[in-house]
Amino acid sequence: MRSLICSFLLAVSVFAVGVSGQVIRIGVVGPMAYIQGKHHWQGAVLAAEEINAAGGITVGGRTYRIELVQVDSNEMQPGPDAVTAVERAITVSKVDFLVGGFRTEAMLAMTEVACDYKKIFLIAGAAENKLLEGRVDKNYNRYKYLFRVTPARSTYLAQAAFIQLREVMDLFRRELGIAEPRVAILAEQAEWATPIVTFLTLQVNAPLAVGGLGGRHVGTWRPSALATSLTAELTAIERAGAHIVFTVFSGPVGVVFGRDWGRLQIPVAALGINVEAQAQGWLEATGGYGAYAATVGIYADGVAVTPQTLPFIEAYRARFGELPLYTAGTYDAIYILADAIRRAGSLGTDAVIAALEATDYVGTIGRIVLDKTHDPLWGPEHLTGLGVQWQDGAPRAFWPREWRPDPGNRPDFVVGFPGTVPYQIPPWVVVHWQGK
Amino acid sequence: MIADILVSGLVRSGVYAMLALGFGLVFGVGRILNLAHTAFYMLAAYAIFALVGGGLGMPLAALLATLAVAGIGLVLYKLFVEPVRELEATVLLSTLALAVLIQEVCHVLFTADLLFVPPAFPGYTSLAGVRVGHQEVATLVLAVLSLIGVRFVLARTRLGLAIRACAQDREVANLMGMNVNRVTAIVMALGFLLAALAGLAVAPLYPVEPRMWTHPLVIVLAAVVLGGLGSLKGSVIGAVILAFAEVLVVFLVPGGSYLRTAVALLIMVGVFLLRPEGLFGAGIPEER
Repeated sequence: MRSLICSFLLAVSVFAVGVSGQVIRIGVVGPMAYIQGKHHWQGAVLAAEEINAAGGITVGGRTYRIELVQVDSNEMQPGPDAVTAVERAITVSKVDFLVGGFRTEAMLAMTEVACDYKKIFLIAGAAENKLLEGRVDKNYNRYKYLFRVTPARSTYLAQAAFIQLREVMDLFRRELGIAEPRVAILAEQAEWATPIVTFLTLQVNAPLAVGGLGGRHVGTWRPSALATSLTAELTAIERAGAHIVFTVFSGPVGVVFGRDWGRLQIPVAALGINVEAQAQGWLEATGGYGAYAATVGIYADGVAVTPQTLPFIEAYRARFGELPLYTAGTYDAIYILADAIRRAGSLGTDAVIAALEATDYVGTIGRIVLDKTHDPLWGPEHLTGLGVQWQDGAPRAFWPREWRPDPGNRPDFVVGFPGTVPYQIPPWVVVHWQGK
Repeated sequence: MIADILVSGLVRSGVYAMLALGFGLVFGVGRILNLAHTAFYMLAAYAIFALVGGGLGMPLAALLATLAVAGIGLVLYKLFVEPVRELEATVLLSTLALAVLIQEVCHVLFTADLLFVPPAFPGYTSLAGVRVGHQEVATLVLAVLSLIGVRFVLARTRLGLAIRACAQDREVANLMGMNVNRVTAIVMALGFLLAALAGLAVAPLYPVEPRMWTHPLVIVLAAVVLGGLGSLKGSVIGAVILAFAEVLVVFLVPGGSYLRTAVALLIMVGVFLLRPEGLFGAGIPEER
């Protein structure tokens, strides 16, 4: 019903800039009833307001202002809503471009619709490799309209998570004397999570000498992304003797995890990917039980990934009263799109695609350069993301702090953002495992 | 692992039984398929969230929320269900529409954010080496007490006799001078009361959000049908079976734990193949 109402209230325009009546209409796609979609929208609104206030986008002597259209894809729930919403945005609301998206399963279908109508879609919210890999590179003419801005694709997310997990496992070795930390994986049943689970399962058991994590994988649990209780899974994880639980959550089940884990004080340190734990309201949503939960994140209090990061966080907080979630990467997506349109000097689809392919843009999340599949490059000089842990009531970044990405060839190359703090093993976990 | 499964299954049984009891009562005894039952459970959760957030203590908030949900439920029953009481399919659609209406009202008032209701009994204890939240233990106790209470009312009071008489044959009960509509309204009120109690007990365990009524509805429907239409005891046993089936899947097939509800429902279908009336459907007609 909500989607239906939204479809009639779609055209929500951002303040005009007092220029000509020309508009570039951008559809912001996301599950608007959920926090992920809310941040999709808020990031886009902020970007559009700023660009419009700065005079809009001038192309060929004409100035355009950005007008946003809210596209409620209702992606959390299975069903046809997502495809219908995008098709309606293109055919009824007449959007020129699309940004956003979240759930891979829905994105695969929505991007097909975008390609059918030859509309450029800047993905800001979905990580699965297959959204671009095997499409843009294998069938360029069909899928050249698709680009990703954030997050880094699943394999890169897995890589970042792998590095963070290694650091926490080292901490268990140093502080608790556990030579071979045991790791359980708790991952929602969703397409994007599978490559991460596969990668980590292999790496956890691989010896340190060959670059693995030198631990022991005690099991993988795959609850539904909409599960309302994880007590049985957490009991099983405790019984399996895990020291660390690696989470892979993008949906509301992340909150369920935080509550059950903290409420029952399950003696495992939690880190991994938990989108809900990136949100300002995490502690409130978990009743305070989510303290010490950690996640791969994009934004954290006081950490400047680029010179654009902190001004953006401040503006976002001033405008919406909260820390941006990673889906607020629609902000960077719209700036990248605006930059490409200016460089193209045209609104023609092929010209904008060519300009987007040449993107080299320092956004709020890092330096965005796209590879041949239209995916952002990952690494210390491009995107890395952050490791964020809830400490003292706030999200604090603990990674990258003293990260040596290439110790073999560049031993002196250390990556660390100012403002990061050490990871803390939850106190009840320390008490449980100390001396055992 | 056996202790883990037994304790986890028992704890989950308490949650599901608490939800199934009210639904089973209204359907089994009142003969009304109230698909909005779990929406009232959600309403209770939101009411407690609002009242506690407004500064009231938990006991007073719980009391007011229970009374408010029972009151609102009765008003909505009079408006939306009683006029179509004799038309089963219409009742089905009407209560489903009511549930969606309540969902949308909650969405407008509270947004879709995941909200937290503080547990009345925080903390946890260890049973056979398994961590069990005090709230879960309280839910289990409440479910057992509610079952005993409802059975007492039905079996040992004049009201219970009237309810059972109306359930068996409304026309004859009417001819015998009973106010059938009033009796049905009382059954509905009892159902709403149980839904509110479920809200009090279970809401702190689950995130409160406008769609939180949908999954429990599937579970209670399955529990009631599995246990046998018309049997209160069957509803509770159905809930226990579903809970244990889910827990077994999590422990025995961890990689497939997302299938736990599907497996539980598959068991329900399996029971149907062997016993179409459900486990206790025809066996204990006296409970109707």
